[in-house]
Amino acid sequence: MKFIIAIIQPHRLDAVREALSGVGVSGMTASEVKGFGRQGGHSEIYRGAEYTVHYLPKVKLEIAVNADVADKVVETIAQAGHTGKIGDGKIFVLDLENALRIRTSETGPDAL
Amino acid sequence: MVNGADTAWILTSTALVLFMTLPGLALFYAGLVRARNILSVLMQCVSIASLMSLLWLIAGYSLAFAEGSAWVGGLGKMMLAEVTRGQVFDGTGIPESLFFMFQMTFAIITPALIVGAFVERIKFSAVLLFCTLWLLLVYAPVTHWVWGGGWLGAMGVKDFAGGIVVHVTAGVAAIVLAVMLGARTGFPSHVQPPHAPWMVMVGASMLWVGWFGFNAGSALSAGTDAGMAMLVTHVSAATATLVWIGIEWARFGKPSLVGAVTGTIAGLATITPASGFVGPIGGLTCGLAGGFICYLAVDVIRNRMSIDDSLDVMAVHGVGGATGTLLTAVLMGASLGGVGFDEGVGAGGQFVVQLTGVAEAAIYCAVVSIVIVMVVKATTGLRVSTDEEREGLDLASHGETGYNN
Repeated sequence: MKFIIAIIQPHRLDAVREALSGVGVSGMTASEVKGFGRQGGHSEIYRGAEYTVHYLPKVKLEIAVNADVADKVVETIAQAGHTGKIGDGKIFVLDLENALRIRTSETGPDAL
Repeated sequence: MVNGADTAWILTSTALVLFMTLPGLALFYAGLVRARNILSVLMQCVSIASLMSLLWLIAGYSLAFAEGSAWVGGLGKMMLAEVTRGQVFDGTGIPESLFFMFQMTFAIITPALIVGAFVERIKFSAVLLFCTLWLLLVYAPVTHWVWGGGWLGAMGVKDFAGGIVVHVTAGVAAIVLAVMLGARTGFPSHVQPPHAPWMVMVGASMLWVGWFGFNAGSALSAGTDAGMAMLVTHVSAATATLVWIGIEWARFGKPSLVGAVTGTIAGLATITPASGFVGPIGGLTCGLAGGFICYLAVDVIRNRMSIDDSLDVMAVHGVGGATGTLLTAVLMGASLGGVGFDEGVGAGGQFVVQLTGVAEAAIYCAVVSIVIVMVVKATTGLRVSTDEEREGLDLASHGETGYNN
């Protein structure tokens, strides 16, 4: 099993979710988060004074999948989340040791 | 004798001017601070409104409007002694009880305007003590000078609705406090942007509407003066809004909402002293001048002089009020659609009178405000600790938070 963490542009969330249901992802967690990467924030001007906003709003997706579809899921997120502009985000893939469905106590791939 | 129409309009105006502070100004300011300080700003406005109301009843009204010397009113009208239920205010058709209430709403908003200078770092007790002393020692006497039979009024100063009395005094006190209190931690490079620009717009819009009561109500009658005052007030506000939009569009490529409504307030402050004396050309001119000059003033005070008058009270209100007061000397001329000059006075002579009024009020206000801040510093202290400032005044001073899910 793999655990995929994707940081994406908030306005790409709907596109990414739709694309993922097309490749059989049955569940995910989405959180509103703030952060910065190479983009380093942006500036806003109020009453002539420039303010640097260091942390920009992003959406963090957390998805647990079987190892055999992980590459396909990563590729799908990358495609649907792509705008080509700085700030599109990153995807991280981790090995997932175990999973448990609380309702039935199933574990491992059955719990996904 | 009481005039029903006049009384009805001033009753309405009184409600409009209180609405300017609660919740207009409160929301205007609250949107401009960080989320962790929103409640402290709202709380300061509510508390000031309540405290100034009682002080006005106890002594403020008397010091401003009772018979006294050229410098300050007497004590004869403390607690409205000598004012009977049926009493009509001299020279008007409205009850004195109503004149008291109408003027009280001005005595509320003036110290509330100063809040913009000290947000996000002042002790709540310092706010209350400063405003108490300031109302009695600065606002009431200066009001007496201009409107209560004092020396500036006698000299012929034209200040229809409070360019000097309200906006210059609030602006000068704001600068004094901003300097003596010190800047917010991290100013100017690490200050956060306004947390809710939409709230700034809502508050500014309430101020715009309420200002009809402020200026057209200052006619103290429901007649031609009130009608024209409302017209020029609106024209000036609209003009200055467009000026700010234009400047930001040209300078930054994007006109901002916060900028647009700041222009609105600049236009309203600028027309205030002129509103009963000028015509549509005057309204347009005040809007243009107020828009440009207040924009420059924000840049100079905040960005060049690095004074953390956090919400630009001096630049928008002080400078706007002074600009309008000086422009009145020219724009009140009959050839420009104004009411015309007093007998034997021309634009030049009136200008000197207006300048004297602005300068004397500003100097007096600055000196007394400095002393008051020193007294407050020695008694309650001025600033919260750096930790409390970081935590935010909502939690540190009031034990609550603005946004909970």
